[in-house]
Parts: sequence; structure tokens; C-alpha cells
Amino acid sequence: MNSIEMILDELRFISAHPKQQLEQYLAAGKKVVGCLPYYCPEELVAAAGMVPFGLWGAEIQVSEAKRYFPPFICSLLQTTLELGLKGEFDRLTAVMIPLLCDSLKGMEANWRYGVKNVPVITVAQAQNRKMQAGLTFTISQYRKIKKQLEELSRRPITDQAIAEAVKSYNEQRRVMRKFLAAAGKHPELISFSDRNAVVKSSYFMDAAAHTVKVRELAELLEQAAESSWQGPKVVVSGITADYRGLIKIFNDCKLAVVDDQLTQGSLRFRLDVPLTADPLVGMAEQIGKIEGCPVLFDPGKQRGHMLIHLVKQSDAQGVIFVQTKFCDPEEFDYVPLKSMLEKEGIPSLLIEADKQAANYEQARTAVETFCEILS
Amino acid sequence: MAEVNKRDIKPAKIRLKEIADKATQDAWEAKNRGEKIGWCASNFPQEIPTTLGIHVVYPENQGAAIGAKGGGQRMCEYAEGLGYSSDICSYARINFAYTDLKECPELNIPQPDFLLCCNNICNCMLKWYENLAFQLDIPLLLIDIPRLDAYECDQDRIDYIRAQFDYCIGRLEEISGKKWDEDRFKEVMAISQRSSKAWLKAVDYMKYTPSPFSGFDIFNNMAVACVARGRLEGAEAFEQLAREYEENIKNGTSTFKVKEEYRVLFEGIACWAHLSYTFKTLRNFGINVTSTIYGPAFSFLYQNLDELMAAYAYVPNCNVFEREVELRVKDAIKNKVEGAIIHMNRSCKKWSGNLYELERQLREQAGIPAVMFDGDQSDPRVFSEAQYLTRVQGLVEIMAANKGQKEEQSCE
Ligand code: SF4
Ligand code: SF4
Repeated sequence: MNSIEMILDELRFISAHPKQQLEQYLAAGKKVVGCLPYYCPEELVAAAGMVPFGLWGAEIQVSEAKRYFPPFICSLLQTTLELGLKGEFDRLTAVMIPLLCDSLKGMEANWRYGVKNVPVITVAQAQNRKMQAGLTFTISQYRKIKKQLEELSRRPITDQAIAEAVKSYNEQRRVMRKFLAAAGKHPELISFSDRNAVVKSSYFMDAAAHTVKVRELAELLEQAAESSWQGPKVVVSGITADYRGLIKIFNDCKLAVVDDQLTQGSLRFRLDVPLTADPLVGMAEQIGKIEGCPVLFDPGKQRGHMLIHLVKQSDAQGVIFVQTKFCDPEEFDYVPLKSMLEKEGIPSLLIEADKQAANYEQARTAVETFCEILS
Repeated sequence: MAEVNKRDIKPAKIRLKEIADKATQDAWEAKNRGEKIGWCASNFPQEIPTTLGIHVVYPENQGAAIGAKGGGQRMCEYAEGLGYSSDICSYARINFAYTDLKECPELNIPQPDFLLCCNNICNCMLKWYENLAFQLDIPLLLIDIPRLDAYECDQDRIDYIRAQFDYCIGRLEEISGKKWDEDRFKEVMAISQRSSKAWLKAVDYMKYTPSPFSGFDIFNNMAVACVARGRLEGAEAFEQLAREYEENIKNGTSTFKVKEEYRVLFEGIACWAHLSYTFKTLRNFGINVTSTIYGPAFSFLYQNLDELMAAYAYVPNCNVFEREVELRVKDAIKNKVEGAIIHMNRSCKKWSGNLYELERQLREQAGIPAVMFDGDQSDPRVFSEAQYLTRVQGLVEIMAANKGQKEEQSCE
């Protein structure tokens, strides 16, 4: 096994076994805070000496969650709640639930009544995120959250500790950007499945520990000989593309994902948190600047412009929208984004995915046909 | 002393309908005069456009009207043809269809020059108005009201809303060329308070047994509460409505024309396309709706600017869950309901996301049985008459048994 494979193997394992990872933290006496999508202030958790742990659902069938959610709520939340209801997260110190879409708003109360022993920290962020009043509001909410975390961790969170956490996360972001760029150039070495595993493991690992692995991986990739990849190249866009069945199809079709606009993926790493005297200011500013995300207010549909830019910059031939079933923010965006791509002559494919789906045969045919069109 | 005023020649319900129609008409005329007009979210602080004398129309109301007049499916399907998922709120789908078609036999509204969005009721609004702004290439002003994280609205939210309120005024002055006038603002606030109080007074009469009106009336009158709260004629019409209900109580009459056998809470938006069926099915069992969240919650009472800002954060769907439950339970108990009919609305993820828990808490805290049915406010395809009937029958059986028990106990 070469060095690339060795690192990948480790991250693949972690991304596929979050529970084991969680157990390890707990066994080491760490307090762990679950972080639901999107943009939880993880730096504050880390600054409190606790471990932020991503909760983005799982590919399981739900039964218990049906007592809380109607069937037309996305599987990301249904399956996260299911795991919570089954006691999988009972030893978390708390969960943070942002309110950035309507389904998340419902999740907050459902969690409180269903998973009574894991307290909820509500994360409210301004949608008028570029105006001063919006920044001020987000900062005020982060201040509130900081206080809650201090109570839970039973220790004060100093500005210095937050600044340290921000630096550590920024380093992870920088290194991940390097990795993602290199991975896009080397589809022969990094399949989409591995790209996803490297990203996903970041949600279950201490930022610094993850950074060490990814730094090495990125350096190895940068030294690799130029790729002679002949297969089709695409940019993937959506909330998440973490669906095993779908990833397998991408791999089978030798589809190179040369860049992504996934909220769970590269959007997490694209922008650093600026270092400001009050670190909460920088954290709010970062939310104000993120583009390309369906749950952050985007009146000019910058997401579309950004997508076109990503396609051109990465030499991709098309875009695959991976739409999480029942995700209305994505469903709204799809229509204008598709037309923006059409105007640029960029072909696109829409695939609906679901954490509870057993088979992706329809998607397979669609992806195969799309690949033929691209090549 | 409650006496039907001499001026109350036309019934309030007709006056209210005329006010709503006139508001649309006024917007058309303004548009034709070359004024800038807007499309506005139903729970956007209406004090802003009203004070500025800017005309706006409400796509949600249009969606309800189109739904009620039978155009919902056609418009929804048209939007789906444009690429919109059938999962998206039917008000939004209808509006996207209208934006593209610019014409609809059921109800036309003038095309907008700007958009006023407020996400206190749902974040679906954000995406909906984003798409409109993009497609029409017109300004979009958002008042972002993050869902509450506690029972009371915090000062941080109030300050944030206030800053956006002021920003919107400035932008609208630029867009419309009209000037903000503080005296007019005070007047609009006073009128809005008058309307709200009259509305609250009118719906409060549901506590009488029998109720002086059919609960379904509220669904129709609601539209005016949204359109004309800041207009003097709106306030007067609501006051008339309250007088009429008071008069009904005195006379022992009601707009609910059959004997009120049962009193229920109706949770959710009406199924506009099936309004008649949903109403008549209940009426056939003698069931009157004597509690809906539209009663207590859409009142927007305030004494000062901070309270005005907070009032827009206390709208249903924006409250913390416990407050949502409390609003319903209090109203249910006050209005002596015997059961609850809950609309699992396929369009509305925000409203539907906690309905199972709401149902459990209603049963527990208000001590009433509850049934749920599947529907949608404006897409008729989701609703099934058979399911609705079965659920209502089920509820009636329990309510009848409960009544029997009570009677037995009182005889013992
Ligand atoms: S944004 Fe979409 S996928 Fe994410 S929680 Fe909301 S509905 Fe689910
Ligand atoms: S029905 Fe629900 S989703 Fe649709 S506009 Fe109203 S509150 Fe929003």
C-alpha cells in the first residue's frame, strides 16, 4: 500500500464508522457536542475544550422518527432524529441545531421532545447576513451560544481560546482547499468516493488531527505525475452527495468530480474565518461571505454564477445536481440555476437522492446517459 | 350597548371582501399611473408600505383565491412543467406559474416592481422571493425574522428587525420616490391597533356556546386582516364584524346555520380547493370550528416600536414550540372545544414539521381527542374526501362518547 492509500484508508474508515470515533472521544473523557447542518460555530465548541461532531444523518430506514416528522421531510433530518430517538447520541453533551431551513426549525422541537436527555443549543444566524445589523445579530447569538457552552463545559471560553480554535480551523480549511484542488486534478488517484470520505471524516475528527492527515495527502497528490484522465469531468452541486449508491455509480461510470459546490463538501472549507479582535465578529463575517449555498439568503443567485465559474475554472464538461429528496431550498434553486447553466451551454443533470433509498437504478441510467452526452 | 350601527347596511363580510378587492384594484390603478408597486409576503410589516402610501399585493392571497376558484391544480402543474418540484409550497408554485404566464382567469394581480419578503412564517419565503427577484430582475427587500429560540422575543432580535425596518423604509423611499412621514406612521399604527383589537374582539365571541359565527368565516376574513389592517375602512369593517357577532349572541343567531352539536379546533390553513367539502362535512355532523390559530395569533398588538418589531416575531410558525402549543391550548380551553381536526399540510414544512408532537400535546394539555388529515392549501391533488370523512367520523364517535360520559356523570 502506498502512502496515499494508507492515509485514505484511515480516513475512509473514520468516515464510515463515526460511532467508533465518538466512542473513542467519550472513552478519553471528552465532552462531545453534536453539530447538525449548517454552519454551527464549531470553533466555540473546540474553544470550550469539547469535540464538535457532525450529525448529517445516515443511510438507514426510519421507524421511530415517523412519530415526529411527516414523510415529506428530508431524510437527512429524519435519519438523524431516528438515531437520536434510538439512543445513539445519548452520551452527547448537547446538540446544536441551526434554523436555516423550515425542516430544521421543526427538528429543534422534535429533538427536544424525542431525545430528552440531550439538550439542544439553538443556532440562529442572520439571513440578511451582509448588512451590519445582520452581523450584529449573528454575533449576539454566538455570544449566547458561547455562554451555553461555558455552562455545559463548566469552564470559561476565553477570546484567546476562540482565536486559537479559529486558527486551527483556518489551517484545516487551507489544507482542505489544497487537497480538494489536487483531488480534482487527479481523479485517477482520488475517486469521488475518496473525496467524500476525506471531507466526511472532517466532521468526526478533531480539526488539528484531520489537518495532519490531509496535509500529507495533499502534498503527495501535488507531487504526483500529471493525470491523463480521459473520462467525463463534472462539478457536483447540492447540499450533500453522501449517498453510497450514488457514489458507486459515479465510480462505475468513471466520472471525475473535478470540483464541488456541496454544502457538506467544499463550502465548508472555501472561506477562512477572518481573525478579528473579537473573534465572534470574524465568525459572523464568514457566514456573511459564503456563497453557493442553498440555505443562505442569495437574492442574486450567486450560487449560479459561482457554479458557472467552477465549471470553467476546472475544465468540467457539465454539472450534476444531487438533490436531497424533500429539500425545498434545493428544489427552489434548481430552476434558475439550470437556466443559468443553459445560457452558458453547460449541460446539467438532476439526481434526486434519499438516505432511505434502497436502489439507484434510475439514477444509474441517467448518469450513464449523461456521461455519454459529455464524452 | 351593542347595537348594529345604522352605517352597517352592508354585512361586514361583504365590506371586508370589497376592501380586499379594492386593495387589488388600487394596486392596478397605481401601476397604471406609473407608480411602483410591490409583491409582499403576508406577514411583512404592513406598516411600512401603508405609511409610505405604496401599493402592494399578496401572492399568498392570490394563491388562496386561485386555489378556491379551482385553478390550483392547473397552475401547480404549469409550475412543475417549468421544473419546480411538486414538493414546493403550492402558493409558491402558483405564483411561479403566474409570473411566467402573467395571466390567470381566476385572479390577476399587477406585476411587481419590487418585492417585500419576510420569513417570519417560513424560510420557503426566502427561496421563493429570491427566485422572483432573479427572474424578474427587480429589487428584493427582506426583513429577516429568525424563529424565536425562547418564549419571549429577545432584544437582539428586536434590534435586528428594527434595523431592517429602517433600512427597508430608506430603500422604498428611493424606489418609489415617496417620503416617510412620522405622523402618518403614527396614524397607521393607531389604525392597525384598532383593526387588531376589533379582530380579536370579533373572534373572541367564539367562546360563546353556541358560537355566533361559523369558524370557517375566519378563513375568508383573514385575507383582509392581512391586506387592510392599516386602512381605516378595514378597522371599521372589523368593528362592524364584532358588532354583528355581538348582535347574533343577543338574538341567539349564528352564521353557523345548523345546531352546534360539537365544537372543534381546526389546525392549519384551509384546503382552499376543498373549502366547501371540508366545511359541509363538518356542518353535516353539526361540528363548528370555534378555535383556530388565526384567531388569537394574527393580532399584532403593540404599544411602542420595540413591541411592533416583536409582534412580527410572535406570528404563528415563528414562535418557539411551547408558545405555539400554549396559544392553541389556551384558545381551545377558553372556547370549549371538544376535539381537534389537524390539517397535515403537504405544502408547509414549517407548519407540518411539529404537528405530531402538537397533536400529542393538544390531547394532553387540552384534554381533547384529535384527528389528522392530509391536505394542501392550494394543490387539490393531495386531499382525499374519503380520508377526511373517515377521520371526521372517527372524531365524532369519540366526541359523542365523551359527551355521553359527561352527561352520565352529571346525572349521577
Ligand atoms: S436544507 Fe434541505 S437537506 Fe438540509 S435540512 Fe433543510 S430540507 Fe433537509
Ligand atoms: S403555506 Fe407554509 S410554506 Fe407556504 S408560504 Fe405559507 S407558511 Fe410558507
